[in-house]
Amino acid sequence: MVVRVQLEDFDLGQELDRLRAGRTDIGALVSFTGLVRDDTGNLTALELEHYPGMTEAALAEIEAEAQRRWALNDSLIIHRYGPLKPGEQIMMVAAAAPHRKAAFEAADYLMDFLKSRAPFWKKEHGVEGAKWVEAKEDDEAALKRW
Amino acid sequence: MKLDVVYFAWVRERIGLPRETVETEAATVAELVAELRAREDRYDLAFSDVSAVRVALDQSLSDFDAPLTGVREIAFFPPMTGG
Repeated sequence: MVVRVQLEDFDLGQELDRLRAGRTDIGALVSFTGLVRDDTGNLTALELEHYPGMTEAALAEIEAEAQRRWALNDSLIIHRYGPLKPGEQIMMVAAAAPHRKAAFEAADYLMDFLKSRAPFWKKEHGVEGAKWVEAKEDDEAALKRW
Repeated sequence: MKLDVVYFAWVRERIGLPRETVETEAATVAELVAELRAREDRYDLAFSDVSAVRVALDQSLSDFDAPLTGVREIAFFPPMTGG
């Protein structure tokens, strides 16, 4: 179980290689990567603010709960902060399990809780100014299915 | 009692500072918010719609009815948008 909150980018392939290095008990490795999306062509940067201390604690708690619910071999959460450009990687989660169902479900669970229970806030900077990204009702509703 | 109050995202921008120490006798989060709102317009504006504000006590999500007994750090911020 690893949680990293960092300014710098990460190498998805290297992270997944490291997760499974030296072990033969993992049968399924699911990962998700979130990217800075520009819908309109007007986005110049996405700024991510977070609450140092609480962020790490919240992510670790979300990961621990996933470990309690599914028989995972291991899991990983990396989330970046600071100014990011369109196309850049924002974050990743990975879940390793003996079988695919647990790995898919755990990765999905990690993402749902990370969206609305980890203290990050996004601000879009565009050619016409800046605005805070509002939380979606769907994201809050998504927690109820777990 | 002395409380460290921290603000994030648009709450921080509206109030105009990221962190301050407040001397208060407020018993609950809601009472502290009422005290802050009475101070200055920028606080009143930031807390004008508390349904849009979330609160954490000592870095753990809480709510506006929660007591402040023993709390050292309180944070106000909008709904989170991670991922």
